[in-house]
Amino acid sequence: MFYLVTVIKAALIVFVILTAAAYMVWLERKVLAHIQLRLGPTRVGPHGLLQPLADAVKLLTKEDLIPPQVNLFFYMAAPFLAVFLALIPITVIPFGPEVTIFGYPTYLELTHLNIGVLFVLAVSSLSVYGIALAGWSSNSKYALLGGLRSSAQMISYELPLAMAVVAPLLMANSLDFREIVNTQAGYYLGFIPRWSIFQMPMPQFFSFILFMIAAFAETNRVPFDLPEAENELVAGFHTEYSSMKFAAFFTAEYINMITICSVATLLFLGGWHPLWPSALGSSFLPTLLFLGGAAIAIYHGLHPARPMDRFTLPAVGVIFGGIGLIFLVPILQPILIPLFWFLAKTVILLFIFIWVRGTLPRFRYDQLMRFAWTFLFPVAVLNLLVTSFLVAVTSK
Amino acid sequence: MDAILFLLFATLAVIAAINLVVQTHPISSALSLIGVMASLAVLYLLLGAEFLAAVQLVVYAGAIMVLFVFVIMLLNAGAEKRQHSRSMMATVLGVPLLAGFLALIAYLIRTNMPKTSQVVFGSFKQGGPQDIGRALFTSYVLPFEVTSVLILIAIIGAVVLARKEI
Repeated sequence: MFYLVTVIKAALIVFVILTAAAYMVWLERKVLAHIQLRLGPTRVGPHGLLQPLADAVKLLTKEDLIPPQVNLFFYMAAPFLAVFLALIPITVIPFGPEVTIFGYPTYLELTHLNIGVLFVLAVSSLSVYGIALAGWSSNSKYALLGGLRSSAQMISYELPLAMAVVAPLLMANSLDFREIVNTQAGYYLGFIPRWSIFQMPMPQFFSFILFMIAAFAETNRVPFDLPEAENELVAGFHTEYSSMKFAAFFTAEYINMITICSVATLLFLGGWHPLWPSALGSSFLPTLLFLGGAAIAIYHGLHPARPMDRFTLPAVGVIFGGIGLIFLVPILQPILIPLFWFLAKTVILLFIFIWVRGTLPRFRYDQLMRFAWTFLFPVAVLNLLVTSFLVAVTSK
Repeated sequence: MDAILFLLFATLAVIAAINLVVQTHPISSALSLIGVMASLAVLYLLLGAEFLAAVQLVVYAGAIMVLFVFVIMLLNAGAEKRQHSRSMMATVLGVPLLAGFLALIAYLIRTNMPKTSQVVFGSFKQGGPQDIGRALFTSYVLPFEVTSVLILIAIIGAVVLARKEI
């Protein structure tokens, strides 16, 4: 029974994560397009919803070029390494509390490690090898420069990242994701959540900001995407890669984003605990949101701006309404409500990643390094010192 | 199960270590060293030292080896050439000295090591972060503080050396 459940969970998580990574690309293109007053992908499927599928088919059927000057073994190994190391940390991330499915109690996570946070840090510190090796083995100057930049950047930003993680760990007094989330349960005055960013004695707001800044650099995202700065380095470390090997790096980047946003949710935003207590009706929020979405879709379907909207928008409305009503089924509520809160927080963080990409320009390389070592790192140390002092004073 | 995992990763560590010496290219050697360290981390994990295993990955495989690989890439060091002309001393004395060395190692292991029957997988439970922290700040507080002073000296030395360049 245990093995069966584990296999099912593993298959489900891999499927969901890979699909989510593919649709992150769609979401990113759509949001960026709307920020820049464009429409984004619209051709494949309604609102371009089948675009990720089309992209995957395109990348699979493309010719896989291997440049003659590469170091073949490392050139082939690097994309595998990147995806492998991106997928591993997901195994220890819990998505919800203990639930009972068909009478079988289980946790909404793949494995439970009592040093989960350390494990994620350890594997993410290894993930630089995929990029560094890709850059080096391509034997091209742009790829090499991209690989070097990314190694230097990831080494530098790992330090403030780890420092920012330590502060909430001090308050939770554990390295276990489950326990960390459980210490963030409950409310002050009945409505302020005890999430790490609000928790006494030292609200971890600064840690959260530091963590997010370092996370942008760790995942090589704008404004820290120097390793793949198009105007200087063509495409950085993956210049010489084509077809599925290029797609592997692309997927790894998006999986890393999802992982780091989940970790931020668990450490700082209370995991699957709702923003306000369910006594004040937080369990009805998903239903309300989905029904609201359904109402808007049906309204626009009845007043169509384009001819096709008369058919597509009511269909979307019905689907949304159905999802909203599922959240009211009492048997499914203990599973779906925590999942909803966890996913909502993670998706909001992912949206911020895209929002920042659409808003901020890229740093210059020396600015990036100076920012890490002369601002981010000292602030992280100061925050850690203040937190540990306050925790020591207030603990019994 | 534990014995199989132990044999698997112990073999992997030895193979990676041999590969580290045999390879001519610095990057291949560095990556073999990472293989050694990762296998050692698994062995720590099997012995119940979870915290040590994670730290092994973070510090050695993650931080130190990234720096190695970074420097090799930065200098763009190529494959080194094998020297074919060896000195007379090396050819004559090499094999006997190696045999002597191995014999010495075997003797030391036989006399100093505890009996293998004392090692039982899963019997050691004090490898968590709490236990390590308590041990570091009670029984081993002097070595801990001395080490931190040593590292501080190294940092100051690095800053002084870097200052001269700028």
